[in-house]
Amino acid sequence: MSTNSINWVAIDNDPRFQRLHSKKVAFLSVLMIFSTVYYFLLPIGAAYFQDLFKMKVFGVVNFGILFALSQFLVAWGIAGYYTIKAREYDAMAQELINDAHKIGAR
Amino acid sequence: MTNTSIKNKLLLALLGFGLPLVSMQVWAQGAVKDEYKWLSFAVFGAIIGLTMYVTYVAASRVKNANDFYTAGGGISGVQNGWAIAGDYLSAASFLGIAGLISIWGYDGFMYSVGWLVAYISVLLVMAEPCRNIGKYTLPDILAYRNDPKKVRIVGALSVVTVSTFYLTAQMVGGGMLIRALIGIEYEIAVIAVGALVIVYVLLGGMVAATWVQVIKAGLLVLISFFMVLLVWSQYGLFGDFLSTLVGDANIQARVATLLGDAAGQLTPQELGRRFLAPGLLYQNPLDQISLALALVFGAAGLPHILTRFFTVPGVAAVRYSLLWAMLVIAGFYVLAFFLGMGAAIQVGGAAIVQLDPGGNMALPLLAQSLAGGPRSLAGNLFLALVAAVAFVMIVAVMAGLVLAAASAIGHDLYAVLWRRGRASGAVAMAAGRWATLLVGLVAIVLGISAKGHNVAALVALAFALAASTNFPAILLTLHWRLTTTAGVVGGMLIGGSTALLLIVVSPAMDYPQQIKAEARQVLAGEAARRQSISQGLANADRGVQERARQDALLLDRALRQAKLDLERYRDQEASLVGLYAPAIDLRNPGLWSIPAGFLAAVVISLLTVDPRSRERWNELQVRKNIGAL
Repeated sequence: MSTNSINWVAIDNDPRFQRLHSKKVAFLSVLMIFSTVYYFLLPIGAAYFQDLFKMKVFGVVNFGILFALSQFLVAWGIAGYYTIKAREYDAMAQELINDAHKIGAR
Repeated sequence: MTNTSIKNKLLLALLGFGLPLVSMQVWAQGAVKDEYKWLSFAVFGAIIGLTMYVTYVAASRVKNANDFYTAGGGISGVQNGWAIAGDYLSAASFLGIAGLISIWGYDGFMYSVGWLVAYISVLLVMAEPCRNIGKYTLPDILAYRNDPKKVRIVGALSVVTVSTFYLTAQMVGGGMLIRALIGIEYEIAVIAVGALVIVYVLLGGMVAATWVQVIKAGLLVLISFFMVLLVWSQYGLFGDFLSTLVGDANIQARVATLLGDAAGQLTPQELGRRFLAPGLLYQNPLDQISLALALVFGAAGLPHILTRFFTVPGVAAVRYSLLWAMLVIAGFYVLAFFLGMGAAIQVGGAAIVQLDPGGNMALPLLAQSLAGGPRSLAGNLFLALVAAVAFVMIVAVMAGLVLAAASAIGHDLYAVLWRRGRASGAVAMAAGRWATLLVGLVAIVLGISAKGHNVAALVALAFALAASTNFPAILLTLHWRLTTTAGVVGGMLIGGSTALLLIVVSPAMDYPQQIKAEARQVLAGEAARRQSISQGLANADRGVQERARQDALLLDRALRQAKLDLERYRDQEASLVGLYAPAIDLRNPGLWSIPAGFLAAVVISLLTVDPRSRERWNELQVRKNIGAL
C-alpha cells in the first residue's frame, strides 16, 4: 500500500471525515477546557480563598483536602471517559481507512 | 558476532567497575548504620541483579534501530502504562513529594496534584496525533509538516537541552541522596548511576529501559502501599488518621515554628488543623500558578514521555497505557499523602529538615522508624529497601532520558540529517548506541561538576523549557492550519530563550552575597536562640517543650549550613550571571515564557508563507485522526 496514491484532500473533504473531525474537536476542547479550569481552581483557590479551603466538612477534614482529592478522581474520570468515547471514533476512523484508496481515486 | 563480543566486553567492564566499588570502603556516614551496611549492599545487589538479568534477556530482542528506540512497538498497553508511570515518578516524586508533604502539610499535597493533571493534556491533545504521525522522536513529528531540516535541528537541540537539564537534576539529586542514605561518596554514586544507565540502554535499548521502568514502578507502589498499611495500623484510617494528626504534638510544634509569632494566639488543636490548610509553603500566589502552568504543559513536552507513545502497537494502546499510568501515578500520590503525613507525626518536621532541608529524607526515616528504629535489624532492612528503590528510580528515569536524548542525536541529527536517511539498519543502530554512550558520559561529567547545585531550579527549568518550546511547537504544528516552519522555529527559540533568561535572574538561582549575609545572621543570632531554647525546655507546658526541642534541631542544622555556605562562597559574591540579588520575584518562568513561545510562533506564522507546511496540512489532518494507512 503506497501512501502516495492516497488523495489526502479528498479524504479531508469527505463528509464522514469532516463529521469525525468536528465531533472529536468539540469533545476534546470541552474536556480540555473543563479539566484546565477545574485544576487551576486549586492553586487559585488556595491562594485567594483560604477561608473556604479551611472550612470544616466533617471531623477535621476541611474543604481544601476534599477538593484536592477530588482532582485525582476528576482527572481519572476524564481520562476514563475519553478512553470509552474514543472507541466510537476508532470505529469511524476504521471505516475511512478501509475506503481510503477509493475516496477520490485518481 | 561482533555484537556479542561488545556485550561481553561491556559486562566485563561492569564487573570490573563493581568490584572496586565494594572494596574501596569509601562510605562515610549515611542514614544506615555501619554495622548494617552489608544489608544495604545485599538489597542493592539483588535489585541491580534483577534489572541486569532483564537487560540481558532484552538484549537478545534488540535487533534493529526500531527495537532500540521504540522496542519495535511491541510493548503492551498495561506494560507501557507502568513504564510511563516509572518514567515520571522520579526520585523527586518518591522522596521529594512525600518530603514536601511531611514538612509543609497541605501545600505539599497540592503540589503533587499538578503532576497528575499534567497527563490530561498529554492524553487529550498530544498522545494520539503524535503516535499517528511520528516515528521515534519529537523532531519526527515536527518534520512531518514543516521544513524537515530546520525543525529537526531546532527540535533535536530542544530535546537534548531539556533532557540534559533533567538528567543533571536527577544526577545531582541521586548522588546526594545515595550519599545521605548509605554514605557512598557523591562522585562515586554519580559514576555508578551513570555506568548502570549506560549498560542498560546500550545493551537493551528501549526493551530494557521499559522493563526497568516497570519493575521500578511495581516496587515503588508495593513498598509505598506496605508502608501506608503500617502507618494506618499505628494511627488509624482516613478520618481517624487525620484526627490523630491534628492532635499530634510534633505537628503542632512544626506549625508553630513555621508561623512564628503568628502562632501565639492559636490553640494546639488550631495549630494542628493549620497543617491541613493551604498557605504554609506558598506565599506568592503567582509563583504557584506559574509552577502549575509549567507542570501541566511541560509534561506534554517532555521528550522521554513522548517517545513512549511509539512503543505500543496502536492508538488504542496509547490511550490505555496513559489510563494505566494515571491510575498508578494518582494511586502513588494518594499513598504519598499518608506517607508524608505519617512521617510528620512519627519522625517530626524538625528531624526531617535537620537531615535535608528539602524533606527528601522523610520517607527513608519513616521506613526506619516504622520497622523498629535506627538500632534494629528490621528498621535498617526496611531503610535499605527504600534506599534501593530510590536508587532504581533514579537509574530508571535516567535510562528513559538518556534514550530520548540519544535518539535525537543518533536518529535526527546523524541518521536522518547527516546521512540524509541513507544509514542502513546496522549503522542506524550503531549511531543510537554511540549517542547513548556520549549522552551517558556527558551526564556523568555534568552530574559531578554540578555537585551542590540547586536541583529544584534545574527541574523547574526543564519543565518550563519543555512547556515553552516543545509544547507550543507540537500543538500548533498538529492543530493549526496556518502554522509555518519559521513560526515553529522562531517560537521555540523565543520561548526557550525567554525561559532561560527569566530563570537565570530569578530567585531560584543561588546568590552568594545574600546567602553569606543570611549565614552571618544565623551565626550572630546563635546565643540568643540558644537562650530561648533553654528557656523553652525549662517551661512546664509540654507543647512549648516540644517546640524548643525542634528548635534546637533546626538551629543545629542552620549553624552547620551557615558554616558550609560561608566556606563554599568565600571568594564569590555574584550569581552565575553576575547578579547580587534576583532581578524578578517569580521562581518559575512558565507564566511568561509559555505565552511568549505561543505568541512568537503565532505571530511569525502569520507573517510568513510556507508552501510545504500548507500543502501537507490536509495529509496531516487526515493522518492525525485516522492513523497510518
